[in-house]
Amino acid sequence: MPRTRSVLVWQVAVGVVFLASWQALVSLKLLDPFFVSRPSDIGSRIARWLASGSLWGHLAVTLEESLLGLLVGAAIGIALGFALARTPFIARVLDPYIKMLNAVPRVVLAPLFLLWFGLGIWSKVALAVTLVFFVMFFNTFQGVRDADRVFIDNVRMLGASERQLVRHVLIPSALTWIFSSLQTSLGFAMVGAVVGEYLGATRGLGYVIAQAEGTFDTTGVFAGMTVLGVVVVIVSAGVTQLERWLLRWKS
Amino acid sequence: MAAIEFDAVSRDFVTPEGRTYRAIENVSLAVEVGAFVAIVGPSGCGKSTLLNLAAGLLAPTSGSVRVAGARLTGLNRDATYLFQQDALLPWKSVRDNVALGLTLRGTSRAEAHARADAWLARVGLSAFRLHYPRQLSGGMRKRVAMAQNWIIDRAIVLMDEPFSALDVHTRQQMETELLALWEGRSSDQRKTIVFVTHDLEEAIALADCVVVLSAGPAARVVVEHEVTLERPRDLMELRTLPAFIDLYRSLWAVLREEVIRSRAAHA
Repeated sequence: MPRTRSVLVWQVAVGVVFLASWQALVSLKLLDPFFVSRPSDIGSRIARWLASGSLWGHLAVTLEESLLGLLVGAAIGIALGFALARTPFIARVLDPYIKMLNAVPRVVLAPLFLLWFGLGIWSKVALAVTLVFFVMFFNTFQGVRDADRVFIDNVRMLGASERQLVRHVLIPSALTWIFSSLQTSLGFAMVGAVVGEYLGATRGLGYVIAQAEGTFDTTGVFAGMTVLGVVVVIVSAGVTQLERWLLRWKS
Repeated sequence: MAAIEFDAVSRDFVTPEGRTYRAIENVSLAVEVGAFVAIVGPSGCGKSTLLNLAAGLLAPTSGSVRVAGARLTGLNRDATYLFQQDALLPWKSVRDNVALGLTLRGTSRAEAHARADAWLARVGLSAFRLHYPRQLSGGMRKRVAMAQNWIIDRAIVLMDEPFSALDVHTRQQMETELLALWEGRSSDQRKTIVFVTHDLEEAIALADCVVVLSAGPAARVVVEHEVTLERPRDLMELRTLPAFIDLYRSLWAVLREEVIRSRAAHA
């Protein structure tokens, strides 16, 4: 464990050095706080948000949108990935269309979604879905297609029906890919939610950042970004634990 | 009666370049019920193809495969298959892997576990029943795979170079365990075993009958030879018996030619 500890020490050191230099450069007037704010201001802004409780509502909305986006995107992506992996002909027919859709920059979709789903959470959920869907789809597709031939033959020889084959081999095989992509998917879900909020919302972290930007309040922008970053780190630590448990047979 | 019959069986494959490759040609072979037959041949001669045809994992291009007299269409439900590669499901515990055949059949969880535990005791792996396959050595995984196959008690056991990846000592131990399992029943109750190997010594040591296949492509049966060594066999001693050595010599004379031809073809 000494190794883990020294990593942690260094991680803290990197953060401290970075923040201290930032603070020092601003104090020495080498950087203009109007453009880059300063760590102490950002810290006290976050503290004020926490004290007044105004942050929690926005954070809750963002997390709700991300989670819904993750769930819906995963459900559609996994279902379609499975279906297409089992029907190679249809998969080949649809292949160029799927690639085209995946190439669409999500930012251009955001205004459309606002139009279709309104200013509430669903336009953000939809944006998160378009990101999560493809990660989940490609991983499921690959996971099912990559299911080891010999596992399939063995289980069939042991008497498995088609349904049992799906349950005992194809789903577990795909799950390893799906779980391994959970980190990416979750990150994408949050990006989708925040970008959606940024472009048009009345609540959420993206909205907070957009509001601050609108008044040239760089401290507010950085504070919002910091909160977002910290939340992502915490959530992904949780996902890592979950992944480790789900894929415990791999160790 | 024949457990498995190949009747003028040929099988073609299409290569990635789009050409047709004939793996085996016009193979006729009968495996008697309760016999232990070993199939040897140079690498790439279509031994595994023959086994996959017997399993019903492949269909013949021409000719037919009969199991207990009935023409085989689809999977061979009288057979289990021990693969050369690791075929245990890595996400299931050792016990769940052994119990898999029973689970698929709808046996209750409690009973499946109890019977799997009994098999694990038999192969000396009781202490590892909650481990995952990745945590086991190669030899242990083969034992688990053997238990997984034998627990569903089918009449035919197909084995594709099952011990080729193991070190010499583990390998001999596994061979001994296999013989103990098979010879453990009275001779009219024994399973039919088709054992594919590239190792002539292993083939003679284990089998009642050794079938030598020619070098591919279009492999055929070169010779079928009875092995009359007494059972039960002691694998530690067997290999130095004069009868064993004589048999090895005469079969090697045949196999040698095929190995040379196979090398020439692949050079």
